[in-house]
This record gives sequence, C-alpha cells and structure tokens, in this order.
Amino acid sequence: MDLRVSRARKATNAVMLGLSGLCTILVIGVLFFILGYLLWHGGKSLTPSFFTKLPKPSGETGGGMANAIVGSGKVLLLATSIGVPIGFLAGVFLAEFSGRAFAFTIRYVVDLLNGVPSIVVGIVAYALVVRPMKHFSAVAGGVALGIMMIPIAVRTTEEFLRAVPNSLREGAMALGATRAKTIFTVVVPAAISGLISGMMLNLARVAGETAPLLFTALGNMFWSHGWLQPIATLPVMVYNYAIAPEEDLHQQAWAAGFVLLSLVLAINLTARMIIARGAASSRR
Amino acid sequence: MATSAYFESGNVPRVRSGFIDRLRGGDEIAYLLTLASSIAILVIVGLIVFELWINSQPTIKTFGWNFLVSSKWDPNGDKFGALPFIYGTCVTSALALLIAIPLGIAAAIFLSEMAPPKLSSLLTFLIELLAAVPSVIYGLLGIFVLAPIIKAYVVPPLVNAFGFLPIFQGDFFGVSFLSAGVVLSIMIVPFIISVSREVLLAVPIEQREAALAVGATKWETTWQIVLPNARTGIIGSIFLALARALGETMAVTMVIGNTPKITASLLSPGYSIAAVIANEFAEASGSLYISSLIFLGLVLFGLTIIINAAARVLISTTAERSA
Repeated sequence: MDLRVSRARKATNAVMLGLSGLCTILVIGVLFFILGYLLWHGGKSLTPSFFTKLPKPSGETGGGMANAIVGSGKVLLLATSIGVPIGFLAGVFLAEFSGRAFAFTIRYVVDLLNGVPSIVVGIVAYALVVRPMKHFSAVAGGVALGIMMIPIAVRTTEEFLRAVPNSLREGAMALGATRAKTIFTVVVPAAISGLISGMMLNLARVAGETAPLLFTALGNMFWSHGWLQPIATLPVMVYNYAIAPEEDLHQQAWAAGFVLLSLVLAINLTARMIIARGAASSRR
Repeated sequence: MATSAYFESGNVPRVRSGFIDRLRGGDEIAYLLTLASSIAILVIVGLIVFELWINSQPTIKTFGWNFLVSSKWDPNGDKFGALPFIYGTCVTSALALLIAIPLGIAAAIFLSEMAPPKLSSLLTFLIELLAAVPSVIYGLLGIFVLAPIIKAYVVPPLVNAFGFLPIFQGDFFGVSFLSAGVVLSIMIVPFIISVSREVLLAVPIEQREAALAVGATKWETTWQIVLPNARTGIIGSIFLALARALGETMAVTMVIGNTPKITASLLSPGYSIAAVIANEFAEASGSLYISSLIFLGLVLFGLTIIINAAARVLISTTAERSA
C-alpha cells in the first residue's frame, strides 16, 4: 500500500497554507502602515501651538486646536455621564434581577441599538435635542455619543458580573446582607477592574466618532462656553480640515488625526492590559 | 431575642437609616432603579424608531414608494429620489465584501489552524486594534494616501487589462466607488477575521484528528472538514461586516466623491446613503429636504437591523451546535 501523499496534493497544501499566512501578514501590514504613516506625517505636523492656540481664520496659516481638544473632553464627559450609568444599571438588572423572558427582550433591544449606524443616532439626537432647543450644542453631541455608549456598557457590565462566582453572593447573603448590599458591596467590587476597563474601551470607541457630531455638536472656531453652544471636537476638525482645499489645513488635520489615534490606542492598550492582568491573576 | 441582643450588643456597627443607607440596603430601590434603566433603553430605541418614522412622513406622503426608485436629487427644485444613494451604498459594500471576504477568511484560517496559540492571540490582538481606529482616520488616509496610490498603481493596469468592461470606463480622479470600496474593505476585514477565527476554533479538535488520521493533508482537512463545519458562523461574520459597511459614514464620505449619479463605472465618483446625510444634513433647508434625508436614515436603519439580526442568528446557531 502506498501511503505517500501525491506531489500535487502536497503542493496545494503548501500553496494554500502559504497564501493564508500571506493574507494575515497583509492585514497586519495595513495596521502598521496606518500607524507608521500617521506617526511620521502627524508627528511632523504637530507643534506646541496645536495644543495651546485657537484655529486661525481661513487664509492665515498657523493656529492650533486647543478648543477642539477641550471640546472633545467636554462632549465625552457628557456622553459618559449619560451612557455609563444607564448601561451599568441595566447590566446589573440583567445579571442580578431579571427574569428570563424580560432579559431576552432587553438583550435583543441592546443588540439592536448596538447595530444602529452612528449617523442615524446623530439624526435622532438632532430631532430630540437640537430641534427643540433651536441650535446646535455640546449637549446634543453628548446625548448622541451617550446613546452610542449604552449597548457596550450593558454588555460589559452583565458579562463581568456574571463572571463573579456565586459563592461570593451566597457568602454575603449568609452573613445577612440584603440583595442590594450584596450586589453593590461584594459583587460589583469583585468585578471592578473588568468594569472599568470595559468602560474605557467603550469611551475609546466613541471618542473617534465623527458622524453623530456633524449636526449635533457641529463645530466652533472659538472657545465654546457652557454646554449650550456649538462646540468643536477633534474628529470633526480632522474631517473639516481634511476636505478643505488649503494645504496648511491638511497638515493640521494630520496632526489632529495623530493626537486622536494616539488617544484612542492608548486607552485601548491600557484597558486591555488591565483585563489581561485580571485574567492572569484569577487563573492563579 | 438572641439575634436582637447580638445586634444591640455593639458587635456589629449600628446600621444608620439615612437615605443613602436605605438605598444601599433597600432591595426594592435597587430593583426599581436598575429596572428603570432597562426600561429607559427600551424607550430610547422606541424613540429612535418613532423619530425616524414621524420625521420622514412629509417625504413618504409626497413621494410614496417612488422615493426609493427615483434617481432625481434636486434640493433646489424640491425633487428627491433615493436611488443614486442606495445604488452607491450597495456598490461600495459589495466591492468591500469582494475584497474583504477572501482576505478575512484566509487570515482567520491561518490564525485558527496554523499559527501557534501565542502568536495567534498576539496577531488577533493587533487585528482588533485595527478595528479600533476611528473611521475619520481611515478617511484621512483614504484621501491623501490610498486614492493617489490607486490612481498611480492600480487603475492604469486595470484599465489596460479590462478597459473594455463597462465597470472600468471613464476618467479616474481618485475619489470614486473603487476607492470607497477599498477603504471600506480595510475597515470591515477585522470583523470577519475575529468572528470567523472564533467560529473556526469552536470546531471540535476530533474532527481535525479524524481527517488527518485517514491521510488528508492539513489544507484538505481545513477546506473539506473544518470550514464546512463552521460555514454558518462564517456567513454570520460576513453579514456582520456587511452591516458595518452599509452604515459606515465618514471614510466613505471622504473618498466617494459625493456626486448623486448612477454609473456602471467603478472609477467615477458616486454617493452613498450615509454620505449624503453626513454631507447635507447640517445645511439642509426646507422641511421636505430634511425629511428626505431622515427617510434615507430610516432606510439605512431598516437595512442594518435586518442584516444584523440575520448575522446574530447565524453566529449563535453555530455556537450552539458546537457547544
């Protein structure tokens, strides 16, 4: 009996497996190309005045995006204070209180919300906030991004609370703690590192969102005082400057893109490191 | 009485009955608070559907179903039709899938079947970072890097070889269906890879061992045994990627050219549903104009909901079967 594999089959094997490896390298290559190009081009265009100055009126060169950096911070703060509490509490409900049928409904609707395109969320925030108030505002942008944060907040909370062993709950209850006390002083603290890193990933995801801000926060060439005026944000500035005709603005767009991507990747890496460390310590 | 004595004796700190403490100790309050948040989510999603529906009424009443098949988009003359945008969204998404599916599945095969586990998880981590890059960054690179590259190195040979085909006719300026499709493919490939990899890893190891034991090569095992087992889940990952591609806004807006025209040529500029909303909404005047844009949003919403739901069913069936 001849057990040898025919040459043709061997060749197919080698070629196809090689190709699949090549595809992986190609995808990873794209990532490094993006990072490298932005680092090189954005880093080159980045100046100290980018962080300290306001944008210059069109025609003049120089200027910075201090207002957009602060603006992004304000809008994200609002978004977090809307999206995270609602999402967290709903996640607690799903993990600790809910009956099966109702939990199924909520989970289904949360998935649905997660799939809504960001531009559609922008339209809804426009209809709910901008139109009644009759002007674009930081609040409208915060509402749009806040809605987008809810699904991930629910899912992370439920997932990490479910990962807490039941023996901890039973221990607390056996000592006479009420259910609420058990949840908020035993279960949630046990899951806290996962919860925090989950919310960080959530924040990183919406920090780069542009589409829902276009007609809610709009943009602003000056400082935006309070919460009710149009406000500049980094992603919208990248967009506006990239499609503008002036070469100087393109340089600023690269610089802003560089800052935005560094921010998003830094939050991502930190959060993933926290999760990985948590997983390693629980395995021990 | 024993218990009460125990509590009274000072062994346990007395529970103060301030508002915060009642909140902490009160099961009912915690229950109601979390329930209210869950219901708030239902209300928000209800509001999304309601606002989209109610605000697109003027357009629905004026044009009816004709809106979806008319190709006239003339804001000054108050004539609106969605066909150029629906066409653009479909063409760019199809093109993106055409590129991303083979690339994504091949990479998923490498990561699940060939790479050592440590390398596989490192590479998967890097690929997931690719999914975290904001879409406006993809748009930035699309305009200034990708479109010039396509113009200089991709289009000339394509036109040389296939210039007789209607899809490669006309002049190329950089912004086009083709550029938008390529940028989109890069954006959706991480989703196909990470979901497909998980589905492939869920195929029982015995299946592979059995195939290898009867003399199949590694590739034959993967192609004839592992892939068919994971088929439903992989299709699910493709649906998931498709939903992303349909709703993707910024990167497409920046490279598609924003021209409401229907042409067969992939080299000419076009428009997509999400792009027209992003581009024209803030400046739209006139209630019919705004209403038409919102109706386009409703169409997009409906499409992505259906495709996402299909993806979820497909992925969860595979997961259940292998469990």
